[in-house]
Amino acid sequence: MSTKTTDYPALPEQLVDELESLSKERKLTADEKKKAYALLAETYDKAKISPGEAIGIITAESFGEPGTQMTLNVFHFAGVSEMSVTAGLPRLIEIFDATKAPKTPQIEVYLEAKYKKNPNAIKKIAVSLKETKLEEVVKGFSINASKMRIEARLDHAKLKTFGIKGNMILANRIKVRGVFVNQTKTLIAIKPKVKTTLGELYHLKEKIKLAFVHGVKNITHVLPLKKGDEYIILTAGSNLKDILQVDGVDTMRTRSNDLYQTAKVYGIEAARQVIMEEAEKVIQNQGLDVDVRHIMLLADVMTAKGAVKGITRFGITGEKASVLARASFETPLKHLVTASLTGEIDPLNSVIENVMMNQPIPLGTGLPDLVVRMDKKKAKK
Amino acid sequence: MTDVFMNEKFIGTVENADQFIQSIIEKRREGKFPSTLNLNLDQKQDAIFMQTTKGRAVRPLIIVENGKSKLTDAHITKLKNDEITFDELVTEGVVEYLDALEEEMSLIALDENDLTPEHTHLEISPLTILGVISSLVPYANYGSSSRMIRGSKLQKQGLGLYRSNFLLRMDTDVSVLHYSQKPLVNTFMHKILDFDKNPGGQNVVVAIMSYEGYNMQDAIILNRGSIDRGFGRSTYFRPYEAEELRYSGGLIDNIKTPDKESKGYRTEQEYRHLEKDGIAYTGAKLGEEDVIIGKTSPPRFLGEMGDFSITASIRRESSVALKHGELGIVDMTIITENEEGNRLVQVRVRDTRIVEVGDKFASRHGQKGVAGLIVPPEDMPITVSGVTPDLIFSPHSLPSRMTMSHLIEVIAGKTAALTGEYVDGTTFDAQPEHELREMLHGMGFRDNGTETMYNGQTGERYQAKIFIGNMYYLKLKHMVANKMHARASGRIQLLTRQPIEGRGKGGGLRLGEMEKDCFVAHGASLLLKERFDSDKTTVHVCEKCGMLGVVDTFRNKKFCPTCGNNVDITAVEVSYAFKLLLDELKSLGVYPRLGLESKY
Repeated sequence: MSTKTTDYPALPEQLVDELESLSKERKLTADEKKKAYALLAETYDKAKISPGEAIGIITAESFGEPGTQMTLNVFHFAGVSEMSVTAGLPRLIEIFDATKAPKTPQIEVYLEAKYKKNPNAIKKIAVSLKETKLEEVVKGFSINASKMRIEARLDHAKLKTFGIKGNMILANRIKVRGVFVNQTKTLIAIKPKVKTTLGELYHLKEKIKLAFVHGVKNITHVLPLKKGDEYIILTAGSNLKDILQVDGVDTMRTRSNDLYQTAKVYGIEAARQVIMEEAEKVIQNQGLDVDVRHIMLLADVMTAKGAVKGITRFGITGEKASVLARASFETPLKHLVTASLTGEIDPLNSVIENVMMNQPIPLGTGLPDLVVRMDKKKAKK
Repeated sequence: MTDVFMNEKFIGTVENADQFIQSIIEKRREGKFPSTLNLNLDQKQDAIFMQTTKGRAVRPLIIVENGKSKLTDAHITKLKNDEITFDELVTEGVVEYLDALEEEMSLIALDENDLTPEHTHLEISPLTILGVISSLVPYANYGSSSRMIRGSKLQKQGLGLYRSNFLLRMDTDVSVLHYSQKPLVNTFMHKILDFDKNPGGQNVVVAIMSYEGYNMQDAIILNRGSIDRGFGRSTYFRPYEAEELRYSGGLIDNIKTPDKESKGYRTEQEYRHLEKDGIAYTGAKLGEEDVIIGKTSPPRFLGEMGDFSITASIRRESSVALKHGELGIVDMTIITENEEGNRLVQVRVRDTRIVEVGDKFASRHGQKGVAGLIVPPEDMPITVSGVTPDLIFSPHSLPSRMTMSHLIEVIAGKTAALTGEYVDGTTFDAQPEHELREMLHGMGFRDNGTETMYNGQTGERYQAKIFIGNMYYLKLKHMVANKMHARASGRIQLLTRQPIEGRGKGGGLRLGEMEKDCFVAHGASLLLKERFDSDKTTVHVCEKCGMLGVVDTFRNKKFCPTCGNNVDITAVEVSYAFKLLLDELKSLGVYPRLGLESKY
């Protein structure tokens, strides 16, 4: 390492690097550079949060107050080229509660360089992403009572629009248990392995209709869009794992708004980024202004344990160290009883317990304590 | 085939629904059917519903045929000369009454000029789109609708002569405005309602300007001179009542001044207003918690009246006293009997309320505000002709709310005051603004209502011309005297030892969860502790078992109920609520153990 880190050990490397490159660009003299460093160090120091600052409460208030002004509309349509997306307070709650099944999961599929400016190629990929069910590619279903089987007549025109080649064997794709599937050029025949009644066959037919044949599961809609100078595909429904395996998809840029899928596929750091971006999006949409650092704090807290945890009694709030703090949040009886069964000890280190007991809270003016170093020898006398 | 229902009962079917309806309506207009018969064709259900029942709201409309109103100029002149009545128009088939259902198949024009051949009816006047109370807002067509709705709502809260026999009534929580005036700017509805006979406000001179910042955020400035001359003065009435209840065993409450032996006897001072019958005399000036009606009740439990008990004759005091924080003069007393035959005493207490800072006022345009400052008349701004405003209204209340009607009322009121003639401000049908301006101009005033004014404190001329004129202002029923509340110490709850709730009981104002969060966010740790120490207690903790021990200060002994005498007992200061939590946990079978640690 060069002199830069030793001069200002408190500055993070990234800032130092940036300043170095800037000073080279602007051709600063050594004196000017020194001044710039001093200014940077001072600004950086000012931006730091003092010890004992109640950042958690301030973050909560910073979200809570604008939250009261948010419109409660769940969906937002702006023209045909938009998809319905949960917006406003409901979406914010979804993000911060880390809901397992968000109402409108969505993926922005970016494409590799060779496809991204070719509208025809995009359309092809888009079609191949959409989940196609058997009923969408056949002319109709019928029950052949004499052979005790279900027959589906293929619609070749539809197959073509979905990008399924005629010779592709759909039979192998129909994954329904306990049936034999045979395919001729125009017909798919489904016969149960065991003898069944006609009634059961009818139920089977209803099930077969929804059999997945093509595309990516859970992707209910696809929408090619122009973003900047390239085309992207917006999907309703999220299945990040499978979408990334499709040819032509840019695995580096494609993103989902589903926190759990992002965490699973891209890792926890990506999930943190998604939390921040999604929360920011809601706040921007509502025309509100919440400092990013509050969002960052929340995202950090939610992902710090290596898995996405919502701010609920099942997530991080339920993992608070203090029994009293947990009990004061939700389901007090449950926490008190389990604490008594396991013999928990509450060190009373946090805010709410001390408010309950009318003790000074360990924050702000209540944080510093007088430390007396007793002379051990004298004390013994 | 269309089903026909008469008053919700099926009576038959008709072949041609339209023809049927047409013939019914024609006969009604000819007077062969009652004018209150209404019908409606429900196309979805293919059914005709006819109604003659009572309780439907119906309204009159002028009949239109082929795009022409049936009401001619001849009718109008006859009406004006009292040659025909409105009811004759109905029998003549010029006007008919429609109910909500029949309106569904009508096309009603608002104005005669809008008529097309498709129209079936014409409104008698465009202002029938307004209701009784919203018609009381003058020049409402110049304001935004939401403000006009608010304006009509505020009029309901305005003080006035709420009932002309108010002196004989025992209403709860009512006020009567002194010196109420007829509005200078009125509407047709004021005439219909006889508003002149029981008005609900006063005409004041309003200047639209700021004054020392005391009229920020909708506050208003009042002239002390106006208040001294009676502006906004009102009398507040509140009845108190006592009933001689009967109890089992032939026991009965007794309305009289309680004996000194009575359980719960107050001080003699508090009974000083009572006369022989135990009721405060009319005209008695009562202070807070003074007794109005003296009453005693028999002992609560019959067991208390044992054979040898000397307490047998001791009765409980249960007098009715003035509420905490209230005062007044005994106005009227009624002694009567209620439905159960018990003796009932009702005493009405009156209190004259002179305007004070915090009382609520409003114009008729949804512009409400609280008195922010009362200024001596000599300090009020003054016009060239020597007029000082009674009230100063903030200009910032206007742009975002767009109540232009408020401004037009100022001009109209000014014209009315100067000419000595009332101005008609009926919505859609008012005296036009330009006429008012011309009249103002003719009398030597600026036509836009502004005047040169001088600062009352310094005598300097204001650079801006001030918009000043007369308006009708309402004193609203919300008065600070009934609302203000503060306490330093007082009653506490038995269970939690925290202050009790409610103004009437002299309770505390809760510093809630979110307010607490603000203290935390500021890091004001010790201030927070101090704010919450209303229930602090000292508990003595046994260092051995962690439960609460006992300190006997008389014998100077410390011991723990479980561990005995030979243990360390340490005093700790905690909130009583926390001690209660520990007790409740123990009652659940949970052993909450306190581990103590030296603070230093």
